[in-house]
Amino acid sequence: MKSLCLIFRVHQPLPLRKYRFFDIGADHGYYDDYTLENHMKKLAVECYLPATDLLLNQVSRYGGAMKAAIYLSGSTLELFNRYTPGVTARFRELASTGQIEFLGGTWSHSLACLASEQALALQAGNHQAAIRDLTGQTTEVFLNPGLLYSDEIGQMAANLGYKGIITEGARHILGWKSPGFLYCNPLQPRLKVLMRHYKLSEDLECRFSDPHWEGFPLTADKYFGWLLNGGQPAESIHLCLDLETFGHYHPASSGIFRFLDHLLYLINHSGEISLSTPSEILNSLQPVSMINVPNPLSQAGEERDASLWIGNDLQNEALNLLYGIADMVTATQDPRILCDWHQLQDSDHFRFMSENTPAPPLHHRKSPYNSPYEAFLNYMNILNDLTIRVKSHFSGPSPEEIIRNLKNRVNDLEKEIEKSKEEIHRLRKRKKGH
Amino acid sequence: MRVLMFGWEFPPHISGGLGTACCGLTRGLTEVGGVSLLFVVPRAWGDEETAGISLMGANQIPVVYTRSVEKETWETVTEQIRVNSPLLPYQSPEEFWALKSRSYPKGTRFVEVTEAGTIPFTGSYGPTLFEEIRRYALVAGQIAISNDFEVIHAHDWMAYPAGIEASRRSGKPLVIHVHATEFDRSGGNINSIVYNIEREGMEAAGRIIAVSNLTRHTIIEKYRIPPRKVVTVYNAAEPLTEEEKKGIKKGITEKIVTFMGRITYQKGPEYFVEAAALVLSRMENVRFVMAGSGDMMEAMIGHAARLGITGHFHFTGFLRGDDAYRMLRMSDVFVMPSVSEPFGIVPLEAMLANVPVIISRQSGVAEVLRYAIKTDFWDTYALADAIYGLLNYPVLAHLFTERGKVEAGNLKWKNAAEEVLKVYRSLLEETFTKTDRT
Repeated sequence: MKSLCLIFRVHQPLPLRKYRFFDIGADHGYYDDYTLENHMKKLAVECYLPATDLLLNQVSRYGGAMKAAIYLSGSTLELFNRYTPGVTARFRELASTGQIEFLGGTWSHSLACLASEQALALQAGNHQAAIRDLTGQTTEVFLNPGLLYSDEIGQMAANLGYKGIITEGARHILGWKSPGFLYCNPLQPRLKVLMRHYKLSEDLECRFSDPHWEGFPLTADKYFGWLLNGGQPAESIHLCLDLETFGHYHPASSGIFRFLDHLLYLINHSGEISLSTPSEILNSLQPVSMINVPNPLSQAGEERDASLWIGNDLQNEALNLLYGIADMVTATQDPRILCDWHQLQDSDHFRFMSENTPAPPLHHRKSPYNSPYEAFLNYMNILNDLTIRVKSHFSGPSPEEIIRNLKNRVNDLEKEIEKSKEEIHRLRKRKKGH
Repeated sequence: MRVLMFGWEFPPHISGGLGTACCGLTRGLTEVGGVSLLFVVPRAWGDEETAGISLMGANQIPVVYTRSVEKETWETVTEQIRVNSPLLPYQSPEEFWALKSRSYPKGTRFVEVTEAGTIPFTGSYGPTLFEEIRRYALVAGQIAISNDFEVIHAHDWMAYPAGIEASRRSGKPLVIHVHATEFDRSGGNINSIVYNIEREGMEAAGRIIAVSNLTRHTIIEKYRIPPRKVVTVYNAAEPLTEEEKKGIKKGITEKIVTFMGRITYQKGPEYFVEAAALVLSRMENVRFVMAGSGDMMEAMIGHAARLGITGHFHFTGFLRGDDAYRMLRMSDVFVMPSVSEPFGIVPLEAMLANVPVIISRQSGVAEVLRYAIKTDFWDTYALADAIYGLLNYPVLAHLFTERGKVEAGNLKWKNAAEEVLKVYRSLLEETFTKTDRT
């Protein structure tokens, strides 16, 4: 029986505020909290709450037959905690059913894998900890932003202890091969590679409510037919889409929720397709061959390479500066600096500097900037401020000095209080004398 | 195709972008080929860069013999330019009084001519500008009947009356080229005489060429011209010669940020001064240069002094030809914060000279450029931020320099000329079909 692997991604970037060069060294608030709060609350209502509800309902209806996987970035989890704790609760509930596998990845949806193994380890470690906190699960399958992957990235993930990784089933890599099988990394054959079926994934993510698309209107029966009789032979089909597909990319009025509901009904009653989690696929299927990916591969654009994030000089410059201060940042041990540094790694900041026209489905997350250059200027101003903070951390007074200064100040104040008390005492006496 | 073109200025005797654009367009037309051009300016100096075209000064055309024939005509023309009088040429005060003592129809006008029977022109924008425009039109009619051509092309309002008159006298269709409108020049406080001249030109013309969509909209909305008559043809820039490409040594190690253009309301100089003060509050090793002259220059000097930045802020006055290029090449950033700019060729020249540019969104050139930072002219903080970014993030400046040069290089006068030729052809076709019908 064919298995179907459903993977939902959940990540929202932190919008940066307009950060002028006057702010460098003067103001360390980098984020547009107002926009963010509104955006998160809106998304919770239109997408996260109904989508997680739907999944919970499916689990209670079909029990063990209902399976799916979720990648939830650590930074977005924090946003849920801060603005919409109800969403956090739903994810925790989903995890407690045991039917949903949580995937590993980077804490802030970052490009750390393009910088160094060390940077990746830091991000992945943070993410692992955040997910363990939430679900009690240890993540085993890795997922990068934009499904970035190369032989080298795979090796890093394997070194970090991951058993599998998900990437794009791009035609220029697969050639005549089908994405519907399990592959493995040539440098670390222990690491299994799951290839996304991009056509079927993008049908939902990008085209579902497009009236000009030839497949429109897409019904669950039609889509189920495609799953059954895909052009290429397959043991398992891997769909990977943003959870925002449901309710945000396509509004509830497009029928996307009922579509998913009915599709899951068809799958669970057909007896021809069964749902599996990525880990189950890794354990049950044998890799058919190695897959060679010498250059970074992703789901972005026609080229399906990393050029969306590191395609021009601006992006490379920003990335170099960002990871150039990595050692200093970690040495500060300052939680605020560390947090900002991790947030600034979000791949979306780099995407906004791209001169490529945004490809689906990333066009749903439009750049808030008028041009890539504005995005670069804003980002660099912020990054320079962070650099100054990091440097001043080392040049400033040592903790001992700070404590000594504070103690002196406390002593001075105490003396002053004593003086005032005496003064009060004296004045009272004089009053009585009168 | 033979074209009779009227323009107020031609390099090197220019006071702004108009002459540069006229020259570029004529060169483009010559390059395309199949066009013979007669370009008429009010005053020819003899040293104009007239490769491939014939240039004629209105001051060289005798008008004396027009006296008897032209009276009736002149009533119409002068009425159009709101100076209601036919004219009688005279050469000396004595003759003037002799003529004056006779009786003439109401509103007859006397015009001073030289001994050769020509009318003197200054060709400048002096206090006698309206007078000169009127006389220019008079001569234009004369030129129109003594030369052969198919189309008349008039650049900017000073030449519209000339174009109208030439068209009326010869019966040939008129194209007018709008490089700027009164709304751009005055900032809302419009001169109604100029507005009327512009509007009459636009109404008389068979086709109107606007230098950007921004200008096209102004023409349609503010002058109430039917949109089908108005075509956008973007300007271009002349590529630099090998001589000009040679590096220029900068005497100072500091960065240079340049504003170049007339120092008038339209160009937004005060926003440049404000942004300079903001940048200087954050970094030391930068100098700001305001190259150009204009009615707001003194105010700007005062403003810079008030802000206490004169130590790093310089005024060069108007720079001509080579000096302007040298200034551009020495610059690290070029800024054009125009409040209203129909097109704006100078940023293109700066890009060709390897300088990254910042332009206001309220400029026509912003419609065609990708590798330029665009800000709203009033947002001095954004402008300052962009200047700071280009000075401090070399990779951004490098990207703009490299790509900008290619981009500006692709905007060729030849392409603009081809578009203009299309306009001529469509107009001629239309005129023919109309004549056939009648």
